Amino acid sequence: MKYMRLILAHLLRSKRRTFLTISSIAIALFLFCTLRTVMTSLDAGIRASDATRLVVRHAASLVFPLPLAYKERLERVPGVERVSWGNWFGGYYQDPKNQFTQFAVDPVSLFDLFPELLLSAPQRETFLGERTACIAGKALVAKYGWKVGDVIPITGTIYPGEWRLTLRGIYTASTPDADENTIFFHWDYLNEVMPEPRKNWVGIYWVRVGSATDAPAVSGRIDAIYENSPQPTKTETEKAFQAGFIQMMGNVSLLLTILGSAIVFAIMLVTINTMMMAARERTTEIAVLKTLGFDDGLILRLVAAESMILSLAGGILGCGIAFLLFRRLDFTAGGMIPNFRMLPGTLGMGLLLAVLMGLLSGLAPAVQAARLQIAGALRKVA
Amino acid sequence: MALIPIAYNLRNLAARRVSTTLTALGIAMVAWVFIFTLALAGGFQAALRTTGSPNNAMVIRKGSTAELMSILDRESAAAVISQEEIARAPDDTPLAAAELMVVWNLPRKSGTTTNVVVRGVGPKSLALRPKVRLAEGRMFRPGLDEIVVGKMVSERFRNCSVGNQLRLAGRSWTVVGVIDAQGTTFDSEIWGDVELFMPVFDRPVFQSLTLRLRDPSYFPALKKRLESDPRMSVEVQREDAFYAAQSGALAGMLRGLGLFVTSIMALGAVFGALNTMYAAVGARTKEIGALLAIGFSRGSVLASFLVESVFLSLIGGLIGCVLALPVRSFTTGTMSFATFSELAFRFQVTPGMLLAGLAFSALMGLVGGFFPARKAAAMPIIESLREA
Repeated sequence: MKYMRLILAHLLRSKRRTFLTISSIAIALFLFCTLRTVMTSLDAGIRASDATRLVVRHAASLVFPLPLAYKERLERVPGVERVSWGNWFGGYYQDPKNQFTQFAVDPVSLFDLFPELLLSAPQRETFLGERTACIAGKALVAKYGWKVGDVIPITGTIYPGEWRLTLRGIYTASTPDADENTIFFHWDYLNEVMPEPRKNWVGIYWVRVGSATDAPAVSGRIDAIYENSPQPTKTETEKAFQAGFIQMMGNVSLLLTILGSAIVFAIMLVTINTMMMAARERTTEIAVLKTLGFDDGLILRLVAAESMILSLAGGILGCGIAFLLFRRLDFTAGGMIPNFRMLPGTLGMGLLLAVLMGLLSGLAPAVQAARLQIAGALRKVA
Repeated sequence: MALIPIAYNLRNLAARRVSTTLTALGIAMVAWVFIFTLALAGGFQAALRTTGSPNNAMVIRKGSTAELMSILDRESAAAVISQEEIARAPDDTPLAAAELMVVWNLPRKSGTTTNVVVRGVGPKSLALRPKVRLAEGRMFRPGLDEIVVGKMVSERFRNCSVGNQLRLAGRSWTVVGVIDAQGTTFDSEIWGDVELFMPVFDRPVFQSLTLRLRDPSYFPALKKRLESDPRMSVEVQREDAFYAAQSGALAGMLRGLGLFVTSIMALGAVFGALNTMYAAVGARTKEIGALLAIGFSRGSVLASFLVESVFLSLIGGLIGCVLALPVRSFTTGTMSFATFSELAFRFQVTPGMLLAGLAFSALMGLVGGFFPARKAAAMPIIESLREA
């Protein structure tokens, strides 16, 4: 540490180069953190899942509904504590581009199954009592500037027509990963408007079990009941269900990893180049240091420390900006990715990468500097 | 104005081999990422853009944004088929097909599962899509438990080769053929007999009706008549427009992500190029002084360093292009929001994309070279000659 001033003097020798190098490292790590946050944000649904919550859907695909009659049978399955159900509405607000999730749900059991949805008691009361009422998540309400009491027209694509829902409550989520971008409204309202053949069909059932260890047994019991019926079921934990969604997205994470690696690799090349140039320019200085009695090991450490400091400075800057932007400021990528939030783990990975970059980019110049022959180096200049 | 020979720049680049190589490789990576993201978005878009034909029209229920959400009963379908704008097959029957579409969860070869489009097709469906050809095996026989699968489905999913048994809707189906739809979305579908699918999948209605127009110009009249027909509530779209519209949101999102990533990354690479060129200028102070002293103008010195920087970037850009070529053989699948199921597609690398990559690299060189070149051009002659 007593050589810190020497190292700093070296770095400040060419302020412009130091600035440019730190900036390019910062940019690379900022991008790395951004891409990694896209990946982890897609998984937010998995993290928000509750281990005692099961999802029951048609075995073939979510697109097929299940009879409402399953509800009472499900409630009698040993291990099941509470059952709720809902239909994915799939509508849009004003313009087909304004897409967000709407669910027609049973308002009473919804809050038993999803305790992470927080709604004030008076708002809950009004919501329960009014057939055309709906509640919306805080983030969604903020996006469209709605107020409680507003009538929100939603155009259905699965259930045709315009559905006028009255906003009676704004819910918040008790955990950061839970979604605040959904509208919930009365399943009964949807059902009564449907023509006879489409009445009494349910998109998915949510089932609460007593403890997470019961989940596999209860899933097996439920699926066994309906195995040979016209509407067989597939029951899985909410986590597995959410993971299934991610699987459907295909290899997004592979693509993002490829991009991230290419970026880090490119900037690594740039940094190695800079460090080598810097060392080359200082051939004389290093020869002088050696003449003064600095041994090879010390020279190696000095040059290596220099690139480490550059990398770390860039890393702290790049990861820090990303962290501030994607955590403190509620950046949502234009609403494309709800729950866009950088995880502390990503910050750790970014900083670790910075250290690795510093090690790798310092290696060649440090070894070169350590091996430098004094006589030759000094003669070269003259 | 006398220009400094380009050979001078080339020799300089060659003299600083390591530095040149590293800078060029850095720029190559940026160009590669640039082309990669364009190829991804382009491939996805091409799959949907080439699927439909302007000669065909699609009829779905009014208000449905996608085929999957549409419902078309037999009466409406019959009324549509009786329209006179519809082209005729050689046997004088209307060239139209009412189809059923469901999505089914199937395991990929990797073990993960996703939805696949299962389409019940009629006798005219194949004739309506000239791009769809049988690649292997034979077509299914109507009324039998036989299906054909798209090329991508066959490659990516379990039990989807000719001769395999695939379970759908509680039955076992024999895969009798593989269809090649030339990169269109039908490559990601499973086809079977619509009249058999309706009872088996317990769906008494169609999802869509596709028809060939006798002449593409008949479209507006047909659309107007059908959409105002009180017997039904339908929406008529040109088939090409229908599929192209599905690519909008996701392709835009992919391009946006690509542009965001590459422009920020380019900034980092430009900083690298700046470093390299500043070092080049610094190391050649004496030479620059000499060039100015023997009469080369300051403009020539500026141009010379710019040329060197752009040349360096173009080498990088070329390497990036070469490395991007194999990307063409990548296929990937992603969930199409319109069908709620997997759409597999091949990355598409076009000459335009490669040119864009080169132009982008040259731009990086221009920006990264300008400030160092300006510094070189502004050098005071006497002092620079005196430099060690």
